[in-house]
Amino acid sequence: MSFRSIAAAAALIVVCSVAGVAAERTNLGRAVTADEIAAWNIDVSGDGAGLPAGRGSVAEGRALFAEACAACHGDKGQGGAADALVGGRGTLATAKPVKTIGSFWPYAPTVFDYVNRAMPFNAPQSLTPDQVYAVTAYLLFLNGIVSEDTTLDAASLAKVEMPNRNGFTRDPRPDVPPK
Amino acid sequence: MVFSPDRRSLLGGLAAAAGGWIGTAGAAEGRLQVPVWTRQQGSPVASPAYGVPSRFEDGIKRRPRTPPPIPTAASSGTPLQHLHGIITPAGLHYERHHAGVPDIDPDQHRLVVHGLVERPLAFTMDDLLRFPSVSRIHFMECSGNTSTWGGGNPKWTVQDTHGLISCSEWTGVPLATVLQEVGVKPEGRWILAEGADAAAMTRSVPIEIALDDAILAYAQNGERLRPEQGYPLRLFLPGLEGNLSVKWLRRLKVGDKPFQSREETSKYTDLMPDGTARQFTFTMEAKSVITQPSSGHQLRERGLYEIRGLAWSGRGSISKVEVSTDGGQTWREAELQQPVLSKCLTRFRLPWQWDGGPALLQSRATDSTGYLQPTKEQLIRARGLNSNYHFNAVYGWQLNAEGAVTHVV
Ligand code: HEC
Repeated sequence: MSFRSIAAAAALIVVCSVAGVAAERTNLGRAVTADEIAAWNIDVSGDGAGLPAGRGSVAEGRALFAEACAACHGDKGQGGAADALVGGRGTLATAKPVKTIGSFWPYAPTVFDYVNRAMPFNAPQSLTPDQVYAVTAYLLFLNGIVSEDTTLDAASLAKVEMPNRNGFTRDPRPDVPPK
Repeated sequence: MVFSPDRRSLLGGLAAAAGGWIGTAGAAEGRLQVPVWTRQQGSPVASPAYGVPSRFEDGIKRRPRTPPPIPTAASSGTPLQHLHGIITPAGLHYERHHAGVPDIDPDQHRLVVHGLVERPLAFTMDDLLRFPSVSRIHFMECSGNTSTWGGGNPKWTVQDTHGLISCSEWTGVPLATVLQEVGVKPEGRWILAEGADAAAMTRSVPIEIALDDAILAYAQNGERLRPEQGYPLRLFLPGLEGNLSVKWLRRLKVGDKPFQSREETSKYTDLMPDGTARQFTFTMEAKSVITQPSSGHQLRERGLYEIRGLAWSGRGSISKVEVSTDGGQTWREAELQQPVLSKCLTRFRLPWQWDGGPALLQSRATDSTGYLQPTKEQLIRARGLNSNYHFNAVYGWQLNAEGAVTHVV
């Protein structure tokens, strides 16, 4: 097929599918408002979009971590039954890489997103936004990314720069045998 | 009547299931007798009403490679060494959960589709079952399958090394149909898929993939999904790493870029020797493995055996599988069982005379794009030892002169 005919075929497909939209709608499903889905609409993007109102400090986070997280992740986040959350800087290119929030995670708001949806493991989705901000601040402090007097909210968490922000590449496969 | 099988019947059952790969006493049997099951009525119909395997097959189970420290954030593998054909029985489909298996009431379950769309909608399961449906047979493989970059244990079976792959007929609504219903805005490029489990698992999926062959699946091998496979609804993305096919699917949110969830940054990224990590490594590349004879099997005597295995590719269909019994010095083309389907397990077979000597049994697959399954050395040269996911190299089983088969370390 020539480039011209591919382009023509592609244009035809676009026209057909656009034209088909109205014709093929089933009207199944119920319209929902932002308010109705708020309890599920909890995702926070890497750039901080979706972060809720609220704030929390490193000091508040330290207390919460000891109570709700340390049993599985170690008292300083060094790891235990569950993942290490602290350390590993400078190890990614070595024989024993240690991937943690500090050494590996590219976006700070992802810490909020994940803790908010899945932690503590034994009581997921039980923390308030203030508590999640606080424990996020504490984890970033333990990793040497924010100072001990930090209080985080939506605006300041989105601005935190992670050490491994530029450590990710896109998929180049197939990469074997080497080209 | 319920029997709990004793050790003898359990071993006998496994031997039968393995097609005689496991040795049983070869003593002379003498004259055939008429056994008790020929001289009395069997069980009545519908007992049990939902049929289960023979009690002699009782040892064939999913299991984790090692006992997991946290059993709800763990995986269990399919016993490939005992299975035939390409369809995995639903109850033996591999599992990988991050927060256990939720017990979801389908009447209360909803799928919300919103974000960069014209009409945000919530669907009940009844709504989804009314849409035009499709059924397709596809494999699903965890990207952590065969995570044996650094060696292994001679006792590991193919269940331990390759068990995080299974294959089913999946039925549901094409995701494209539901996206058409909500009307994706032109700036919509990525879709966040979210589960209703206690991990509220999230992954970002490019819109091109969502509009291609993605299915909102509610059935597997003819019945509604098993809870472990996402009951009542899962995303199913053919050929891509299993984690993307979010189970217990409750929400799809259309956005303009990837959401950068923990599962696509901290996990499911492939660390390279220079310390950078590859992200969004979705495709499961061509791979094959011999399932019979494989580690843990015992050949009773020299003579004819059929070498059997599975091959698959996330880029298309399998075009060729070659088998070596001499550690890769020579290769013979295996027969492919029809139908050979795209992004689906393909069963291969090759009759083989075992001469009683040691043998290193290997297979290598070529897919419809011409890609040839690499050697472990090639893979490690390109990616180092820390990439963790997406190991698809040629695999071998060592057969010794006594007929014992072990994992090559
Ligand atoms: C009962 C044990 C337990 C408790 C308590 C717990 N966690 Fe976890 N955590 C886990 C497990 C298990 C995982 C890994 C889950 C998986 O496999 O997906 C995890 C994962 C994480 C991760 C992701 C790690 C990574 O590298 O990807 C973070 C961050 C985290 N937990 C933070 C917390 C915080 C903050 C708390 C307290 C509010 C907490 N956890 C309490 C068990 C626990």
